[in-house]
Amino acid sequence: MVTNAIPLSIDDLTVAYHRKPVIWDVSLDLPAGSLVGVVGPNGAGKSTLLKAVMDLIPRASGRIKVFGESYADNRGRVGYVPQRESVDWDFPVDALDVVTMGLYREIGWCFPVRKKHRQAAMEALRRVGMADLANRQISQLSGGQQQRTFLARALVQDADLYLMDEPFAAVDASTERAIVDVLRDMRARGKTAVVIHHDLQTVAEYFDYVVLLNMRVVAHGFVKDVFTPENLQKTYGGRLTLLDEVTEAMRHQRRKL
Amino acid sequence: MIFAISWNWSLDGWIVLAGILAAVSAALLGNFLVLRRMSMLGDAISHSVLPGLAAAFFISGTRNSFPMFIGAVVVGVLTAYLTQWIRGMGKVDEGASMGVVFTSLFALGLVLIVQGADRVDLDPGCVLYGAIEQTPLDQVRLGGFGVPRAVVTLGIVTAINTLFVLLFYKELKLSSFDPALSTSSGLNAGLMHYLLMTLVAITAVASFESVGNILVVAMLVVPPASAYMLTDRLPVMIGLSVALATLAAVLGHLGAMVVPAWFGFESTTTAGMMAVASGLIMLLALAFAPRHGIVVKWCNQQWLAISILCDDIVALLYRREERQLPCVVFENELCRELQASRWSIYFSLVWLQQRGETTDANQRIALTEKGRDRARNLVRSHRLWENYLASQTLVDGNRLHGLAERFEHFTGRELREQLDKEMDAPSHDPHGSVIPVEKREEGA
Amino acid sequence: MMSRSLLILFGVLAWIGMLVLNCFATELGLQPEGPEAIRSSVAPTVALLESRGSITDRRLEWPTWEQWWSLILLRDYNTRVVVLGVTLLGAAAGMVGSFTLLRKRALMGDALSHATLPGIGFAFLLANQLGWDAKSLPLLLFGATVTGLIGLGVVLVIRHSTRLKEDTALGAVLSVFFGGGVALLSVIQQMDGHAAGLESFIYGKTASMGIRDVQLIAVAAMVCILVSFLLFKELKLLCFDGQFASSRGFPAIRLDIVLMGLVVTVCIVGLQAVGLILVIALLIIPAAAARFWTEKMWVMFLISGCIGAAGGMVGAGMSAVFARLPSGAMIVLVCTVFFLLSMVFGTSRGILVRWLQRTQLHRSIDRQHLLRAAFELVEPKRATPGAEKESVRQDGHREQVTVSMQALLGKRSWSSWRLNRAIDRAARDSLLYRDGDGISLTARGVIEAARLTRQHRLWEIFLIAHADFAPSQVDRQADAIEHVLEPELIRELVSLLDQQDIIVPASPHPVEELKS
Repeated sequence: MVTNAIPLSIDDLTVAYHRKPVIWDVSLDLPAGSLVGVVGPNGAGKSTLLKAVMDLIPRASGRIKVFGESYADNRGRVGYVPQRESVDWDFPVDALDVVTMGLYREIGWCFPVRKKHRQAAMEALRRVGMADLANRQISQLSGGQQQRTFLARALVQDADLYLMDEPFAAVDASTERAIVDVLRDMRARGKTAVVIHHDLQTVAEYFDYVVLLNMRVVAHGFVKDVFTPENLQKTYGGRLTLLDEVTEAMRHQRRKL
Repeated sequence: MIFAISWNWSLDGWIVLAGILAAVSAALLGNFLVLRRMSMLGDAISHSVLPGLAAAFFISGTRNSFPMFIGAVVVGVLTAYLTQWIRGMGKVDEGASMGVVFTSLFALGLVLIVQGADRVDLDPGCVLYGAIEQTPLDQVRLGGFGVPRAVVTLGIVTAINTLFVLLFYKELKLSSFDPALSTSSGLNAGLMHYLLMTLVAITAVASFESVGNILVVAMLVVPPASAYMLTDRLPVMIGLSVALATLAAVLGHLGAMVVPAWFGFESTTTAGMMAVASGLIMLLALAFAPRHGIVVKWCNQQWLAISILCDDIVALLYRREERQLPCVVFENELCRELQASRWSIYFSLVWLQQRGETTDANQRIALTEKGRDRARNLVRSHRLWENYLASQTLVDGNRLHGLAERFEHFTGRELREQLDKEMDAPSHDPHGSVIPVEKREEGA
Repeated sequence: MMSRSLLILFGVLAWIGMLVLNCFATELGLQPEGPEAIRSSVAPTVALLESRGSITDRRLEWPTWEQWWSLILLRDYNTRVVVLGVTLLGAAAGMVGSFTLLRKRALMGDALSHATLPGIGFAFLLANQLGWDAKSLPLLLFGATVTGLIGLGVVLVIRHSTRLKEDTALGAVLSVFFGGGVALLSVIQQMDGHAAGLESFIYGKTASMGIRDVQLIAVAAMVCILVSFLLFKELKLLCFDGQFASSRGFPAIRLDIVLMGLVVTVCIVGLQAVGLILVIALLIIPAAAARFWTEKMWVMFLISGCIGAAGGMVGAGMSAVFARLPSGAMIVLVCTVFFLLSMVFGTSRGILVRWLQRTQLHRSIDRQHLLRAAFELVEPKRATPGAEKESVRQDGHREQVTVSMQALLGKRSWSSWRLNRAIDRAARDSLLYRDGDGISLTARGVIEAARLTRQHRLWEIFLIAHADFAPSQVDRQADAIEHVLEPELIRELVSLLDQQDIIVPASPHPVEELKS
């Protein structure tokens, strides 16, 4: 369903853990059909941003719109690829099972998984190059293969907006290439992908749009405009000690006048 | 009178002493179980000593002998070892492997006891919750005095545990905190683990006769947990756990005699009441612990809210002065402007009055000099932050106020100076208002 | 595959339904005779059964064949109903337990079950005060549920709002609530000794279960089983990846509550059969045992239910036949035996299977080393592009060269015993034959050895040249390296090896990359 609505529109978003603001006043509108990279130092709140978009963690303030509506109403159009550490890979399921989980919402409460769902899952696995590993138990997959399984799980939903948390972390080169191919394919189909990325060298190559985040948005825009040394210095430069100090004080409720 | 009890020192005294010793010996070890997140292992060992006891009874035929200890200790250590083995070899989740081991051993113990019941009189109920009331009846002579046997046994065990904790204090501390570092620096963490487990088993066995196994679990976990809520320092925690365990034991026995009387019954088991007493103590600790207690945290939050409201009130008055508006207001105006409830405003005003920062004449609130100083600092912080955020971040113009509004309450003099330096001593904020100058350090 | 699952599902539900029907047999008019009619025909059994499973019972008699037979056929109505009820309970506990095991919340049920004791006491006292039937099971179970849930709530509050960890919270709630319960029980005991019946909740006592009680168990177990089936995929998703479940709109918190509700139900109805100390065993042991047999969660779920049911059936049955075997303990011990058998013999993760796999791996490694060593000892010494291929092509006519044992022993650090075993096995597979004091590769052996050597060398150079991302791509079990790496890469590796004057035996597969 092609729409001109903005895939993700965030307004004045602030998220706090234990009373300490982790990200604040994030406001941005992402362009449709583009590959968006989110970069920033460790602990800058990148994962927090994604999770806040999906209502997985509560927000202190702010409004989020996915294709013009709230996330809860438009869930079916958003695919999520979490970090690999978020699950126990010793679980008794195989790769096909994991991908099928992406369809559970469509299947509906209490109904069993049918053949057509399994076929759709196989198709998704084929797209990421894992067709022959479909019946392998997930602990026997390599890191890159596990990442691809997660990607397939998001692909199978045929969503329009994909949120990915560090998909390129610690994967081998061929998996990285495969993922980039999938991303480009998505873009060709008009989908939008928001990807948390850690490798600054490849940002310009992989993404069209970039968001520089360090607790607040330092800059966002098209890569050619915004991905400048000056902005990078602001993001990674660590000149935010004052902000850090005041947020720490807020967390410990240390009041000084 | 509700507290009328019949206290007989030669009976109740011994009972209380036995209870105290059982509680203290368990609490000493329990500190390290809690820190190592192994509270349930203590529970597991207490259950699984049952077959060891039963087997020892069959062999020795009596209750009071050394083989009983040996049998139970062997099984106790076996529990810890089997749990690790199943976890490693079978790759089973830790909680589950513990569950498998101790339930099967306990079941085995039950079967043994019932099977051999005509040879030895061992009631499983006794094992579970003991019969501390029987303690004074079984005495041995010790240096001319009649001392209950249970007290002697428990006394020895308490002494052993105390010695263990004192001697191996730093080893226990290190291996609880960082087992890898401990092993790599030559102190085998695994050895410490099994030593600890052995002593837990010994304590469980020694106590079963007086307070039963379930109470051992209570004393292993609850007083140390309460102590953990009250302090951040390990020696203090150990000391507190001992004190709280003693308190629970005393209160438990008193309670066992007194509480049922309120409802028209006679007394009840001391062991059960000791567990309940320790639970109540823990409840108090959870709620009122000075830094971590739930109630205390809530109070702190309320206090913070009121202080922030005070800040807002003086800042509002100051800004009115700046704009040369009438700077004397009524209470309800404040409620409206700051959107706060009447109660909060009321309390804040009372507090401000106390501190001499406002005056209240005929329901009209006005700033004093002291209040003006406070407001000046706040407004200065606010505008400095607006400046800083506007230049250093991408925050929208109309959002600057909201952020600065939050930060101003937590910005002290030092931070203001740093902000000032960062922005090269600005004189105006992004909206054009003048940034008040810092008042000279008065030494007051 | 779908229809197979449906068939299994149908079969299981039918079997369960039959069990439930049996428990309600008199109500439904299916049981023509009441208990009395049978009593006269099996008097000795009944006499034994009447005092079965009691902890203070002191007689021990080995049952006669007559009694065994009547047990197996479940002739006695009472026995039948009790055993079947416990079987259903075991099945439900096994199924629910597979979820809690994978959710890593195995011990939460322990705290819950211990926390039920004060509730039972309170219910009894309250009923007494109000003049109701203080021993009515639903009433007591209601009290148990209330305090059980309160205990659970306390655990969650402690875990969430304080710095205490979950295991501490569990241990504290468990012991404090149980202590309170014990105190209450002791008070009740003073009220003309009624507490004897209440103690059965601690150890389990099927003898004190009446028909009504079993029916309650049957219904509750049915409900648990049905809910588990219906919500299977939702609970599976919750256990595997709770955050993903939330993002898909499956409310993780509510599903967790449903799961806890199932655990509470199983614990409460299990109090009578197994006692509160051991009911946790039913939730843990069958599930842990089932894990060893499969890597598919659906199968694990079903097997866990079966083991739980079998344990219940056998355990309760044995307790019925032998006097002085407490039922709860027997059920748990039977389940433990199943667990141990599964741990050793389980086809998927059992110790035996893993040991066999390891042995097989060692053997295959030994064979590879043997063949490679032999090949390296006989291959042409110098690398010229055509020579090696030629010699392989002329394989059939090549002079069979014997490789001595001495040389082989020297090639690797292995004991002669191990070497000999490997040689024997390879000889059985016609890859070589013994020739005097050494071995000689057969034609087949030469081809295989060449393949292995090529494989090995290419992998080696690959690992060196591409160390940064190599390990995840290495699939040394692959038939040909060509199946794993891309053509360009193979070409590059071959040229690297050529540069170093290392011979690369020809690929056994006609592959395009060697041309060009």
